[in-house]
Amino acid sequence: MSEIFVNERDVVIPGQTLARGMDILPGYGTYRDGEEIVSKVTGLVKIKERLVSVIPLSGKYMPRPGDGIIGIIEDVQPTFWNVNINSPYVGVLLLGEAVKEYVDVTKTDISKYYDIGEIIYARVLQISRSGIVTLSMNDPKAKKLRGGKLVRITPYKVPRVIGKEGSMIEMIKEKTRCQIIVGQNGVIWIKGGNEALATKAILLIEKESHISGLTEKVAKLLEGDEK
Amino acid sequence: MKSGKPEKLIIDGKRLDGRALDELREMEAKVGIISRADGSAMFRFGNSVAVAAVYGPRPMFPKHLQDPEKAIINFRYNMAPFSTEERVKPGTSRRSIEISKVIKEALTEIVCIEEFPRTVIDVYVEMLQSDGSTRCAAINAASLAIADAGVPMKDFISACSVGKVEGHIVLDINGKEDNYGEVDMPVAIVPRGNKIVLLQMDGELSLEEFEKCLELAKKGCMQVYELQKSVIKNKYVKIAEER
Repeated sequence: MSEIFVNERDVVIPGQTLARGMDILPGYGTYRDGEEIVSKVTGLVKIKERLVSVIPLSGKYMPRPGDGIIGIIEDVQPTFWNVNINSPYVGVLLLGEAVKEYVDVTKTDISKYYDIGEIIYARVLQISRSGIVTLSMNDPKAKKLRGGKLVRITPYKVPRVIGKEGSMIEMIKEKTRCQIIVGQNGVIWIKGGNEALATKAILLIEKESHISGLTEKVAKLLEGDEK
Repeated sequence: MKSGKPEKLIIDGKRLDGRALDELREMEAKVGIISRADGSAMFRFGNSVAVAAVYGPRPMFPKHLQDPEKAIINFRYNMAPFSTEERVKPGTSRRSIEISKVIKEALTEIVCIEEFPRTVIDVYVEMLQSDGSTRCAAINAASLAIADAGVPMKDFISACSVGKVEGHIVLDINGKEDNYGEVDMPVAIVPRGNKIVLLQMDGELSLEEFEKCLELAKKGCMQVYELQKSVIKNKYVKIAEER
């Protein structure tokens, strides 16, 4: 008989048995060991009918096609850029995906489009099996980010920073009057307004993301500093 | 602490530090102690203190050492110069290279390295104090730090040492017992399935004694495992309680 030993949103640790039975499927963050489904990360349990997965509480960003991310240009090559995307892998932005017009690479230095140290919001096109990540600026949201500051958080906590349909991030934007862009890779760009308060709010979300009642606490923090 | 051989290592079934033969030293563990690292941990067996820091997975350089199919674990065990009674010469030694190699192979068994091709996971362990069983403390700290870093792993590794002192089989060898005892045998197991991932032996044991030692070591490792489990879980429970 199959059974699940844990509840939704329980904190589990690597090696902990989550369920037993062949009709239950191992989802993200789990593996099958014989009949048992076992967690391989520290995280929160998510159960969807017969699928048991674990959302990690820490870890590195693994790129997925379609993710909007914030990266820093690390190197300029004749026809492409290497981009630091806060991940184990380096992002590659090809010239054709970055610039719409025709560029004669024999005559132009492409650093005039993006130079080392500049910050971009880009989309992940694809990731090859051996870890080559291609990026694209061919997206309505993609752009170069000028000025501002960057905050890094654990990528798995980005959904909490954004909130349900953007409720959390909208609240922070409204209260601090900052421009904020959240990258799926855990890099957050903040500009203008009360940058210090926005940073504080985001770091609070990161620290306490696994606890309920987060929205009220963040609201309190934002209100408290305004007085 | 004055060095030199004590007259007797076991008096009336009690050891020098007052422990019973099958008793571990006082253990302590913490996670998240190094803020710059992706994951970190401290593990203490009595006076043996290990601090571990994990960085990565991150891109592997130089490129020719990359493995296109899996990640590489780069493990370094290092003793602080002030960690023992006599100063340890800084830098790698024959002993630290050996320990690094065997622990690296043990960790490779549990970490899901096939999920991160072409990368490296750096694990650094520093011994701040050493008083026997340092490689066991190092393994325990390293596996806690990897779990703290969020690197997927199949299970923890729990380690402790057993040995033979004046004819008695004892658990968790300390520095004096290591130096003047007969046998020192560090054992590391993966609690899921009781798999042995590290076993070394210094000295001589008969087959029966060896089996007795192994049984005792497994018992000790399970105690270590209970501590590791509670520490990593408590990190998140504690934040919840503070509110």
